[in-house]
Amino acid sequence: MKWSFVNDLPIYAQLIEQIKVGIVTGAFPPGERLPSVRDLATEAGVNPNTMQRALAQLESEGLVYSQRTAGRFVTEDETRIGETKRDLAQKHVARFMEAMRSLAISREETLSLLEAEFGKETGTNECPDM
Amino acid sequence: MNVLTCKELSKKYGRTPALSGVSLNVESGHIVGLLGPNGSGKTTLIKLANGLLTPDDGTITICGLLPGKGTHAQVSYLPERAVLPEWMSVMQILDYYADFYADFRRDAAQEMIHHLGIDMKQRIRQMSKGTREKVQLIMVMSRQAKLYLLDEPIGGVDPATRDYILNTIISNYNPEAAVVISTHLISDVEKILDDVIFLDRGCVVLESSVDEIRETRGVSVDALFREVFKC
Repeated sequence: MKWSFVNDLPIYAQLIEQIKVGIVTGAFPPGERLPSVRDLATEAGVNPNTMQRALAQLESEGLVYSQRTAGRFVTEDETRIGETKRDLAQKHVARFMEAMRSLAISREETLSLLEAEFGKETGTNECPDM
Repeated sequence: MNVLTCKELSKKYGRTPALSGVSLNVESGHIVGLLGPNGSGKTTLIKLANGLLTPDDGTITICGLLPGKGTHAQVSYLPERAVLPEWMSVMQILDYYADFYADFRRDAAQEMIHHLGIDMKQRIRQMSKGTREKVQLIMVMSRQAKLYLLDEPIGGVDPATRDYILNTIISNYNPEAAVVISTHLISDVEKILDDVIFLDRGCVVLESSVDEIRETRGVSVDALFREVFKC
């Protein structure tokens, strides 16, 4: 996993978001055991207490669960993972919409920009052999 | 539990005040940044905690004890300047630490040295500045101390060495112990800190957790530091 942090948000909140991304993209597959708090903290280069706080929050959101001696595991609840994926996507959309509004780009312009972008993507997808 | 406690602590060098009425607590399990510009009293505070200086006024205690023989066994100190005897080899340094400190985890030190690919027979004199700093930090972090006092552990080394040093601090984290890191390279250390203490001309001007600063002020500790200490 690649970890990166911005300056204006609490670190634990950024850890939560990045672990969620890891879970929905399969970097941390459902049912899989998570590395220990210390290992995760070392990997991310953050304070172990901050990592612990992030994992506790993910636990209360039902995305990970603890087993007394065996450690922490990713949930196997695919519906829960699906919801999380949607939440994350919605956050990106909200940020995008805010950026468009601040540039005073109309609904129609926004939509046509998106369509053009999708067009580009299909273009590149047509030649998968490289 | 409080590992380090200062009450109205003051120290002057001649007529120049270095610390004026500093009161603070450092709890076990916390990694604390002692932050301030040059001459704000960071090193003085650390030297007082080590018993290398004595206070003019107020008290400083480690796990309830005044600095002295009893606390030396519980405090692992990384001085600002390198102090390992230059003629010693890594092997001799390991023996030296094992002799001095009952809490020295030789296996842990050896493993970290090995991981860095440093030859046991290499002498300190033959090492680059970065390697010396790494070896010194490994020795300090390999003790099973109650309090680690790290005075400028990342000053004057390249960013890759900085990362290595910070990682070594995290991977040796012990919930029973506290770590105090003095530095002015804030953006590099803030992710590994629980709390920060800002010192300005010998006084504590701010005590807060890192995430509290980011949450309530929406800025990094580094940005806040630049704001508070703007010249």
